[in-house]
Amino acid sequence: MSDDLLVLEHVDVGFATDEGQVSAVSDVSLSVAEGEIFGLVGESGCGKTTLAMATMGLLPRTATVSGSVRFQGRELVGLGDEELRRLRGDRISMVFQDPMTSLDPTFSVGEQVAETITAHRDVDRDAARERALALLEDVGIPEPERRFDDAPHRLSGGMRQRVVIATALANEPALILADEPTTALDVTIQAQVLDLLRELRTRLRTTIVLITHDLGVIAQICDWIGVMYAGQLVEVAPTGQIFRTPRHPYTQALLAALPTHEQLPGTLRVIPGRVPNLAVPPPGCRFSTRCPFVMDECATVPPLAHETDEHRIACWLSEATRQAGGRPSRTVSGGAA
Amino acid sequence: MSDVATFSDEVAPVQPGSPILEVYGLVKHFRADHGVFGGGAIVHAVDDVDLEVRPGEVLAIVGETGSGKSTLARCVLRLIDPTEGRVVFDGRDVTALKSRQLGGFRQQVQPVFQDPFSSIDPRWRVGTSVAEALTAFGIGTKQERKARVLDLLDQVGLDPSFAQRHPHELSGGQRQRVGIAAALAPSPRLIVADEPVSALDVSVQAQVLNLLADLQRDLGLAILFVAHDLAVVEHISHRTAVMYLGKIVETGPTESVFREPRHPYTQALLAAIPHPDPARPLVGSPLEGEVPSPIAPPSGCRFRTRCPVVIERCATDEPAMTVFGTGHTAACHVAEAELRQAG
Repeated sequence: MSDDLLVLEHVDVGFATDEGQVSAVSDVSLSVAEGEIFGLVGESGCGKTTLAMATMGLLPRTATVSGSVRFQGRELVGLGDEELRRLRGDRISMVFQDPMTSLDPTFSVGEQVAETITAHRDVDRDAARERALALLEDVGIPEPERRFDDAPHRLSGGMRQRVVIATALANEPALILADEPTTALDVTIQAQVLDLLRELRTRLRTTIVLITHDLGVIAQICDWIGVMYAGQLVEVAPTGQIFRTPRHPYTQALLAALPTHEQLPGTLRVIPGRVPNLAVPPPGCRFSTRCPFVMDECATVPPLAHETDEHRIACWLSEATRQAGGRPSRTVSGGAA
Repeated sequence: MSDVATFSDEVAPVQPGSPILEVYGLVKHFRADHGVFGGGAIVHAVDDVDLEVRPGEVLAIVGETGSGKSTLARCVLRLIDPTEGRVVFDGRDVTALKSRQLGGFRQQVQPVFQDPFSSIDPRWRVGTSVAEALTAFGIGTKQERKARVLDLLDQVGLDPSFAQRHPHELSGGQRQRVGIAAALAPSPRLIVADEPVSALDVSVQAQVLNLLADLQRDLGLAILFVAHDLAVVEHISHRTAVMYLGKIVETGPTESVFREPRHPYTQALLAAIPHPDPARPLVGSPLEGEVPSPIAPPSGCRFRTRCPVVIERCATDEPAMTVFGTGHTAACHVAEAELRQAG
């Protein structure tokens, strides 16, 4: 797998809290190939953002990270703060949900893009300004010359997010981690930003890890999808397979819970129960407490095993079905309320 | 308390099919004294909106940021006073009523917000919050209120023990169930729900949508459902009204609006939905640019600055509502001309 840009192996993230050690991410292994858009999807508290922050070395000191995160063959876990800082904004960039967390309200948007360049490259101010203008134009800011000196608050939410993306692109990073980049935007503006991300991937072959709860967004722009539940990665497959033939009971339940006009009001599938407290997670599969197919084996963590060449899931049921030589014949079901 | 009785005594019983809520020519302008819009300018938040909701009907108001949908909801709830226009509830004009006279209206029209605890004291127990409206309107004895709270918790699928809990002990879905229980407490006939499920995860959202749909059916509630999520709206509402920059641009039976949108804005909005189905890809971004400032909305049709089919007339004449089908209307010169050619 020489074209894998990012490889995570057995990543665990724990937080020390008043309730004790919280296991926010548990034994996650995945790889992201160069030039691909990889979607990490799951509901609140599933660990998707924590995993991204761990990759970037951005977690607070209360967090303990173990396992391996290799970026372009280089191990990032245990790397010093200074070296991580040099990587961030240069080889790896981040885009967050709220553009104002990335933008300094006291500097003009153009200066901020230019500053990202001068922080990592030995270029003079004029060259940085020139490049910043080109970037602003690239991400679809109309009249970049006129916008360059505007403070962030003068721009709309959609325009701000474009500026953040311009900043993220400033040093032609190999990888962009985008955490809910369109969640705060209106649907017509979201469509524009998704278009932009897709175009950047095609034009610059930038690898993007997109973290979101929005199944519509990942369906539209991701090549591969990893589904997380309560800190565990439960399914990884190409986008078409996740949506056409979801194999993990959680993925199936999640997709079945989406509202559609075909379903009569009041008849949406629900997932009974609640996400477990990660200070005292259930042993084995963490979805087992809500899974309609739970079996004795589920008390042991199932490995993320190949269903097909490209489709992997962490579920004993599938393992058992496969060993019996049969195909899983489950109907999509979230179980009764 | 006398207002409560007066209110219910005065009005005639609702005719089947006659609207429980009517809004005529509603206008809400704000004066932007400070902030990004600068001093003294007028923000045209809602401009000349008509709508009606029938008993047992879910009317969805959809629109993006700045469309005025939440301002409209707040005017209907009489949390703010409209600048012009009338709000008629159950045949009675409530626009001019002073807050002292609004008792009966407040009882029968209840809000559900995105975060039900944003306006509630976090130290209150759930039971106290659910009973708040009952206490405020002096409904029942203390014992009766207590029994009613347990009954309401049961209706929204919460264990009686929740009455003793504090908000911070609840998950997002449980908080919204409590919010719905509190809204149901005084037996309202209309619920005004402003983005009631938009803060919830998909699996929890499904539970709350099911709950709202069940209650709506079982209690015959009318719901004014304000939302930006079009999939949610298509699923739950009977009729849909689409707002853009303070105006309703299209309204009709939900199925008809989603299947045969007539206004170019509705068409663009629907085209921008990222479907959770890779087989239905987005075909580029449907709209250029952004919503203009509500301080100086465009002349004529407010959508014309972003409209892909704009014609000269759109800058000068404001389009009137044209009927395209049973209960389906849209305000667009181009769509109207097409309709006339076809007819």
